[in-house]
Amino acid sequence: MNEQADRRAPLWIVGIFSSVIWGAGQLLNKQFLKGFIFFCIFAGSIAVEILTGNYGSMPHGFSLRENGGFFLKGVWGLVTLGTQPRKMGITGLTEGDHSIVLMVNGIIAVMVIAILLFFYIWNIRDAVNGRKRIIQTGVWQTSTEYFKKLWESMYAYIVLSPSILLLLFVSLLPIVFGVLIAFTDYTRNNIPPTKLIHWVGLDNFITVTQVFSWMHTFLGVLSWTIVWAILATVTTYFLGFFQAVLINSPRVKFKKLWRSIYILPWAIPGMVSALVFKSMFNGQFGPVSQFLVDIGLTSERIFWFTDPSNTTLARVMALIINLWLGFPYFMALIGGTLTNISDSYYEAARIDGATSGQMFWKITFPIVYKATAPLLTMSFVSNFNNFGVIYFLTGGGPANPNYNFAGSTDLLITWLYKLTLDNRLYNMGAVMSIIVFFIVGTFSLWNLRKSKTFEEL
Amino acid sequence: MNNKRKSHSGKWKTALIYLELIVMALVIIYPVIWIVGSSFGSSKGLANASAIPANPTLQNFKDLLTKTDFPLWYMNTLKVAFANMFFGVLISTLGAYAFSRFKFKGKRAGLLSILILQMFPTFLTAIAVYMLFLNFGLLNSLTGLIVVGVAAQLPYNLWLLKGYLDGISPSFDEAALIDGASRTQIFVRVILPLASPMLTFVAVTQFAAPWMDFILPKLLISSEEKKTVAIGLFSMISDETRNEFTLFAAGAVLVAVPIAALYIALQKYLINGLTAGGDKG
Repeated sequence: MNEQADRRAPLWIVGIFSSVIWGAGQLLNKQFLKGFIFFCIFAGSIAVEILTGNYGSMPHGFSLRENGGFFLKGVWGLVTLGTQPRKMGITGLTEGDHSIVLMVNGIIAVMVIAILLFFYIWNIRDAVNGRKRIIQTGVWQTSTEYFKKLWESMYAYIVLSPSILLLLFVSLLPIVFGVLIAFTDYTRNNIPPTKLIHWVGLDNFITVTQVFSWMHTFLGVLSWTIVWAILATVTTYFLGFFQAVLINSPRVKFKKLWRSIYILPWAIPGMVSALVFKSMFNGQFGPVSQFLVDIGLTSERIFWFTDPSNTTLARVMALIINLWLGFPYFMALIGGTLTNISDSYYEAARIDGATSGQMFWKITFPIVYKATAPLLTMSFVSNFNNFGVIYFLTGGGPANPNYNFAGSTDLLITWLYKLTLDNRLYNMGAVMSIIVFFIVGTFSLWNLRKSKTFEEL
Repeated sequence: MNNKRKSHSGKWKTALIYLELIVMALVIIYPVIWIVGSSFGSSKGLANASAIPANPTLQNFKDLLTKTDFPLWYMNTLKVAFANMFFGVLISTLGAYAFSRFKFKGKRAGLLSILILQMFPTFLTAIAVYMLFLNFGLLNSLTGLIVVGVAAQLPYNLWLLKGYLDGISPSFDEAALIDGASRTQIFVRVILPLASPMLTFVAVTQFAAPWMDFILPKLLISSEEKKTVAIGLFSMISDETRNEFTLFAAGAVLVAVPIAALYIALQKYLINGLTAGGDKG
């Protein structure tokens, strides 16, 4: 009789039960363990809020800052970024708000709230769906059966959980934080805990686009970054291609020996090579300048990377050295593709009387290009963000007095480094990061759109 | 007559090709010889460094190992490298196994978000990571460096390994499943061995990264005894007044030789891995 009545309890009642008290709907469905677990999550998060807060003493009434717990104070902190800075007193720093700590705690609180919201909706939907099944089939599924099924479908999540945790807290959380910093006044003049940070809306973006010196620097650095990325990719690709074709030629003996020599720059850690070149081309003490003076080619030493009157020299040198560093990868890659091209193509072409130049441009090049095109995009992106070569080789120099904190060979990524680490203009650095992300992201997505991967998704 | 001229021009062509190959080889090898020669040089400064030192000596290596913190930096980097390799391979293979072999809610969204995460410059996150670690007490510890090192490469490795596992027919898994193997057993006995070429790639890149990574240790490590070789080498050369170029040269040789040997020995796996990574965007 009772069971009969329960079965007739409509869907929405169960839903409302679960939406008011988590797990109550499951109780009506006689899934006691499941209901209890949902209830525990519900009670647990309330307990966390109460225990981490200060709900016992409220002499001045309730305030989020004084009394709020993990969730409420977290959200409060994220919204306000603190109201009272810490001050230097006789006994050291006074109690106060640390804007950055508040912000990070706030982001974590919001992330946890999002996860709880997910459980909350799951809880309601589960109660309603469970009831629906009972009405339709008349079978009462026990919690144990449910969990058995759940465990099987959970295997993928369990295996994935280390990845998810790492990505949430070491990748996503910092990215959210970094993006938020772009909308604040967090600079060297505003270092917590003795100063508070404030939300400034789009002010930093307006500064970059409206203030001439910033816009000038940004456009200058951006256009050089694009020129650099294109030239660095194209030169390494074609030299790699050229060497691969030469080694592959039937006229050449000891192919393995040549290949082992040319692969060296790829195998040596890039940072070491860049620092070695920086020393070789050191203007004052480096052997290359000295050699040129000794043989009488130049009358005085050449300051390869530091001569402000000759920025083109520094840029060309950086490209040449990047060529040294970068071509072996393409050479190895294209070498592999070349050996896979069937000889029958060339034989057919030879019978038709094609010259070797024609054979190269009509057969070899299209086949290799098709096989390596995706890697060209990847190479472009990695050159766009090629911190290593520029930072270690030129340090961004020669200095450019017209730029804000940037030199003539600085790429966006090295400028960003200087803005944040050397000059502690964290907010401007964050603005640049967002811009870099949009450029790289658009380019990658545009390229990916055509690929097989995207269709699979 | 015609034939003769043809073979004549052929000889010239061959000679030209060899000339190019030799010139290129010299351009490639000279800097390498120069830095190796400098590491044996007897006078400290950059000005006197040369490819063939006048009085070759091992003094630089001795000084580097006894008078500087280089051995400490080396050990630190070695620790980070091994941990990076172990956890990087483990976590990314497990994740790729889930993405490749199971159907579950949120798979599409997960893969897409990983793809987007991968496009974010790690640099932007580095500052935030610094603040986070400050809060969690991970600052100035090698553990923190490992956590970030594994996470930074994780999106790329996940996609790479997922793509590779997709290419392995699931019939192997199914056969094992019929034999009564659990999913974890299938992972260890079937998936890991089959994926070993790509695992080699992930392992080597994860191992090599800490030797060259500069930004993260620069941000996260402040004390002398936790430095890695990248920071140490850079500090040796960035301060020109210290005049210890030959010490730097010796350090550079000690760092470059094992990594280069590893890369050359495993070049086939590495090139294949890089190629596959490009195909996946």
